[in-house]
Amino acid sequence: MDVVDLSRLQFAVTALYHFLFVPLTLGLAVLLGIMETVYVATGRAIWRDLVKFWGVLFGINFAMGVATGITMEFQFGTNWAYYSHYVGDIFGAPLAIEGMMAFFLEATFVGLFFFGWNRMGKYAHLFCTWMVALGTNLSAIWILIANGWMQYPVGSTFNAETMRMEVTNFADVVFNPVAQAKFVHTISAGYVTGSIFVLAVSAYYLLRRRHVELAKRSLTVAACFGLIASLGAVVMGDESGYSMGKHQKMKVAAIEAEWDTQKAPASFTLIGLPSVKDRATHYKIEIPYMLGIIATRSLDQQVTGINDLEQQAKLRIKSGMIAYQALEKLKADRGNTALKATLDAHVADLGYALLLKRIRPDVANATPAEIAAAAASTIPNVPVLFWAFRIMVGLGFFFILLFGFSYWVTLNKQHESYRWYLWVALFSLPLPWISSELGWTVAEYGRQPWVIEGVLPTALGASSTTAGNVLFSLIGFFLFYSTLLVADLYLLAKYIRLGPEGALGHRVAAPAQLAAE
Amino acid sequence: MDYEILRLIWWALLGVLLIGIAVMDGFDYGTAILLPFVAKKDIERRIVINTVGPVWEGNQVWLILGAGAIFAAWPAIYAAAFSGFYLAMFLVLASLIFRPVGFKFRGKLADPRWRSFWDWALFVGGLVPALIFGVAFGNLFVGVPFGFDTDLRLHEDITLLSLLNPFALLAGLISVAMIVLHGATWLALKADDPIKSRAKKILPFAALAFFVLFTVGGWWVGRLDGLRIVSDVAANGPSNPLFKTVARIPGGWLQNYAQHPAFWLAPLLAYLGAAVATWAAAKGKALLGWIASALVPAGVIATAGLSLFPFMMPSSSNPDMSLTVWDASSSKLTLEIMLVCVIIFLPLILIYTSWAYKIMRGEVTESSITSDSNSNY
Ligand code: HDD
Ligand code: HEM
Ligand code: HEM
Repeated sequence: MDVVDLSRLQFAVTALYHFLFVPLTLGLAVLLGIMETVYVATGRAIWRDLVKFWGVLFGINFAMGVATGITMEFQFGTNWAYYSHYVGDIFGAPLAIEGMMAFFLEATFVGLFFFGWNRMGKYAHLFCTWMVALGTNLSAIWILIANGWMQYPVGSTFNAETMRMEVTNFADVVFNPVAQAKFVHTISAGYVTGSIFVLAVSAYYLLRRRHVELAKRSLTVAACFGLIASLGAVVMGDESGYSMGKHQKMKVAAIEAEWDTQKAPASFTLIGLPSVKDRATHYKIEIPYMLGIIATRSLDQQVTGINDLEQQAKLRIKSGMIAYQALEKLKADRGNTALKATLDAHVADLGYALLLKRIRPDVANATPAEIAAAAASTIPNVPVLFWAFRIMVGLGFFFILLFGFSYWVTLNKQHESYRWYLWVALFSLPLPWISSELGWTVAEYGRQPWVIEGVLPTALGASSTTAGNVLFSLIGFFLFYSTLLVADLYLLAKYIRLGPEGALGHRVAAPAQLAAE
Repeated sequence: MDYEILRLIWWALLGVLLIGIAVMDGFDYGTAILLPFVAKKDIERRIVINTVGPVWEGNQVWLILGAGAIFAAWPAIYAAAFSGFYLAMFLVLASLIFRPVGFKFRGKLADPRWRSFWDWALFVGGLVPALIFGVAFGNLFVGVPFGFDTDLRLHEDITLLSLLNPFALLAGLISVAMIVLHGATWLALKADDPIKSRAKKILPFAALAFFVLFTVGGWWVGRLDGLRIVSDVAANGPSNPLFKTVARIPGGWLQNYAQHPAFWLAPLLAYLGAAVATWAAAKGKALLGWIASALVPAGVIATAGLSLFPFMMPSSSNPDMSLTVWDASSSKLTLEIMLVCVIIFLPLILIYTSWAYKIMRGEVTESSITSDSNSNY
């Protein structure tokens, strides 16, 4: 493996690790805010203990989120130096704003959340808790604005003088429709994760008939919040699919394994076996019209298939080669307006010419066969995307059922009546993590070969460091993170087993008093 | 606003950020370095850790913002420095990862081996960044072997060993000395006896070490080659480091001081801070001592920045391609947008951070920990 592959693997490993902790933080922070609001509104001590207990688990997870997040912040520079130079003018800004607006907020108030219980009034502490929740959500907005721009690079243009992309309209970057859809979908995913975590742990207590009062209340909060969140995740997942249909046609086609353009409205392949070799999907079960409706919200627009998109890529590569040639001459002849005009006319396709770089460094002389190879490289890994997407969506619908039933159970105060339900809730614990990790795989792996869609191929983005260095850090992070993950899971399990009294070191509230409530 | 002025502002803001990192992150690095030496028993160690417990997380964001702001305002430097110092960065990251988990996990199990493991992990998490950031700074004066091709793709020839040259190591030690001093004044302020008095005993030694090392560093810089732009300076020009010519000048890093004697105030501030910190601690004026020791990193970073100006990342192998204030920044629009953000958010951050420190004021004592044992680390 070379520097590029190793760096990709390292980024994937560290980001996927980071995202083991992020969604739980996003969800639990809001759940803590809700529970503490109930405490302040009703004044019942059990709700404060609830907040403190879930807070202990939140804290253990939060520490891992921070530890793995620090790596991410530096990794663009260490492993993706050319990327950082090429798009830093646009991409760096949301990252810096995230630090100023979100990380400071959440990190400052999280200290007060844990250490401030006896040092300030109820309202002040509630304020701190909500500031933590606000901070985590703001952090998601800005990082997803950055990520959304990689998927759909708006508001920017190539500057030949500085050899990089520069921002032309920052509002377009911030209000990027892709980023908006991603944000709501991703935080919904976080809320689902937090809710299922609380749901599963509460179910565990109910099954063991321990901490029943605390578990019932937690289950109720998780059921209500989770139902809204799971509906949100599915609706906004559909929105992501729609915006992807407009801006990342190749990704949609790959997810659907749609090799040839169908007549509008295209049908949706529910399940099948995509074959890269035959460029066909075998054993399909299809739902008529469905894909056309999801991807274009219409009955008469086409969803372009992979083979046609590949032909379009060829044309764009040829146009990009003209831009590339003009740019090369412009370097020696700064200020030549004719060359500048040629560049400007074809600059939108410059990224496509860069796809040739890996095949042939002197891009301008590429042969038709090399151009065809570059065009073929724009097709991402179809089977992986096809399956990852279907599992995520399937789980999404399962979560709606799960929370729908939970909601019904809590509404009728039958928390303990259905033991099979409690078992299902308990065993659903890992599922939201699986959806999220698969979701990111769809979003990021489906973007390949681009690191910035249509602008910069991933292969060019890497640093000029040595493969040995990257291998060393990759193994280092992997071992290091895995050890910490084991410690993290051990502590979480231990404190869940200890339960509220053990974790808080004091009795929660007298049963008689609870019965009276 | 003029591009040139914006670049100058962002150069100064970079200094502010670095000082923010050294002052805010610095005292909890220093506290962690001192941890094994000022505290022996478990409860003593808990006192030390809980002096920074509620605030280290917010402090650490200075470092995260530092990386983010360099990315946004000086992308060329973010790319060149972070990828160039690849293995050094990995060591920093690996040791930084110890901190959040160290603070959080340590108190969660009672086993003494578990706790002592995290004590040493926290020690490493304080020492390694303090040392390596200093070493990185030192290497800027020596110059780093890197260059660009016409696509502005970076070519570097940096190894971990080449970074560990004598001058850079000296800079690393200067950094450790000032961080230890800053941690000691913090413990003198926030911990109670016996930790307070142990910290006070270490404090003058740290100050003395800083005095000596910093002075040697200043003398040594005078014998290094400095750089100077000899072609026309296009302060409003495009951010492209390929358009200038640079000459090597023996002792060149002191030229700015020769031209602007007022610049000497920066090193003076560092000396003064260390002296006042020592004096105040001896007199029992702990808060004054901490503020004074915060002036040390401020003085040191200003000293280095003013000496290198306008260079930000000098190249030893291709001096013409060194990154400077005039050719390593973001576009004018990005600098403007980011400046607006700083003007809005920095005051807010300072306001709620001070509020948090106010809530958490007072010494950390044995009884303050045992009275709420499960909330404390
Ligand atoms: C702000 C930008 C950004 C954000 C929010 C994310 N990623 Fe990403 N991701 C990248 C920016 C990026 C990248 C720098 O662009 C990478 C490195 C190489 C590449 O192609 O894209 C990448 C690659 C990458 C890969 C490897 C794909 C491949 O190289 O084939 C995976 C699996 C993920 N990411 C997963 C994630 C996860 C789980 C994230 C949640 C934390 C995440 N990404 C957030
Ligand atoms: C790949 C890009 C990413 C980078 C560079 C990054 C960077 C960071 C950093 C530096 C931290 C630590 C902040 C602190 O000390 O408080 C962090 C934590 C966090 N990040 Fe990320 N992150 C990335 C992806 C994401 C995504 C996609 C999300 C959400 C949708 C996210 C949400 C969070 C949250 C909620 C935290 C709080 C700590 C925790 O998770 O427990 N991050 N991130
Ligand atoms: C019917 C249900 C769902 C649909 C239609 C759906 C759709 C999508 C689509 C199209 C993407 C890719 C967006 C892109 O490439 O830019 C995506 C990404 C993602 N999905 Fe889903 N999803 C569903 C359910 C879920 C659930 C239940 C979760 C987690 C609990 C989840 C978590 C994620 C995450 C974390 C991402 C990556 C972030 C992003 O790109 O927005 N999804 N989803």
